[in-house]
Amino acid sequence: MPGLEDLYREVILDHYRSPRNKGELPPPATCTEGTNPLCGDEIRLFLNVTDGVVRDVRFSGHGCSISQSSASMMTAAVKGKPVADVRALVHRFKEMMSIEESAEESPAPVGSMGDMEALRGVVKYPVRIKCAVLGWNTLLEALGGDS
Amino acid sequence: MAYDAAALRSQFPMLSRAVDGKPIFYLDSANTSQKPLAVIDAMDRFVREQYAPISRSSYRLADEASRAYEAARARVAAFIGADRPEEVVFTKNATEALNLVAQSWGRANLGPGDAIVLTHMEHHANIVPWQMLAAEKGFEIRWLPLTSGYELDLEVLPALLRGAKAFSFTAMSNVLGTITPVAELVAAAHRAGAIAIVDGCQSVPHMPTNVREWNADFLAFSSHKMCGPTGVGVLWGRHELLEAMPPFLGGGGMIQDVRLDGFTCAEVPAKFEAGTPPIVEVIGLGAAVDFLDGLGMTNVRRHEMDLTRYALDALHERHGDSITVHGPVNPEIRGATFSFAFGGVHPHDISQILDEHNVYVRAGHHCAKPLMRIIGANATARASLYVYSTRNDVDALVDALDHVGDIF
Repeated sequence: MPGLEDLYREVILDHYRSPRNKGELPPPATCTEGTNPLCGDEIRLFLNVTDGVVRDVRFSGHGCSISQSSASMMTAAVKGKPVADVRALVHRFKEMMSIEESAEESPAPVGSMGDMEALRGVVKYPVRIKCAVLGWNTLLEALGGDS
Repeated sequence: MAYDAAALRSQFPMLSRAVDGKPIFYLDSANTSQKPLAVIDAMDRFVREQYAPISRSSYRLADEASRAYEAARARVAAFIGADRPEEVVFTKNATEALNLVAQSWGRANLGPGDAIVLTHMEHHANIVPWQMLAAEKGFEIRWLPLTSGYELDLEVLPALLRGAKAFSFTAMSNVLGTITPVAELVAAAHRAGAIAIVDGCQSVPHMPTNVREWNADFLAFSSHKMCGPTGVGVLWGRHELLEAMPPFLGGGGMIQDVRLDGFTCAEVPAKFEAGTPPIVEVIGLGAAVDFLDGLGMTNVRRHEMDLTRYALDALHERHGDSITVHGPVNPEIRGATFSFAFGGVHPHDISQILDEHNVYVRAGHHCAKPLMRIIGANATARASLYVYSTRNDVDALVDALDHVGDIF
């Protein structure tokens, strides 16, 4: 189906069918909920941060292929990373989704996002951008908001 | 003369719109309906030739505009079988109509120790206004559950209604398509001493309505789902109830007199129409009512029942166990609104793929989140039909669903 193959890349469908880091974490991991009021998608993000590093991350909830695969890729990308790098990654992802201006001093190099590059096609379907960023916004909230 | 939906389509300009050079299949009429030329032209003509303020100025043109506005009110009243035109109040939309009942009637009549009854199949517009008021006034909200066949559970209704002051319910579910037995529900409410408030958003556009036969107390519905424009809704209320109620919004048009130390209200319905109303839209709604009267609401209902039978058969025949339609199977007790789950694929993905084939359905919770939780779906895809829908539309949906399996 021409057109839709840009949206439903194989990598996206793979993360949708076999989500990475799906599940829950017991306390002291934090649990943050995010929802997309338009479609009712819900995500719960479990985050374990110690010494400024994301030690472990899991997500649960339900949503469409875009929100689920994006959350799956996100967890894979941030696990083991320093919080500062995670924040930068969130911003780069939002830049890729065209919802944040790219900061001049740190332009996002093309091809540096790994699997997540596959989500670039979402930009062509503006109503789906909210699906793609649901997990990322929840992560940002879990980290105590923007700073 | 036989009802001819295919011929009717030429009167709806949007339906001949092409996307990617191909025809469109508009299956989102429960969301909002397309508009016929009769409505578009009536509004255009009014703006070009008759537009003037209503109920304020005394020159001849203003009087002409006022008469046109009031004539539309009378046509709407007749369309729903109301005793008198003054029982029809124009609001911004049906949501505002229900808020008006809650904030005016509810605020004056509900307090601690009181109770109202709602049902599990209500739209947020018939839930949240009551929750807002309950949080302030401290009355109880009771919930009428569903049967496994997606109907209201009438067995438990009398117990729930005991001591309740109001029963507010939908005449047709926007998710399930279930048509509720309005007259029976009204009678049950009255036996318990409660008033009956009917949300007719999904029923008034699709079947004959008669508030007198129902013996209801209030009815709320919207113009934009029944071939009319957006920006106007209707609250019908029993005259003595409207008269006894305090005003809702304050301002110009709703007063008899204003002094430095207070005001007195205008008569019903002006009391509830503060500020300049949506004049052009009311003219459009009047034209929509004429248009639907011309089709005959009994014919409309029969047409949609035929399509419902056809759609349920076609969907199940082609897609078998892959599809689950949430709603009654009997076309006699349901409208042509089909919420469905398909092959475990998320509704957003379904609607995305259908969109690629110009088949337009809604995906999501349909502003009925409590109901979605109860039927165990976080979201559904919903196809909904109307006066201009044909078997072609249904066939396009059935065919396009084949492509969902190509990707997922």
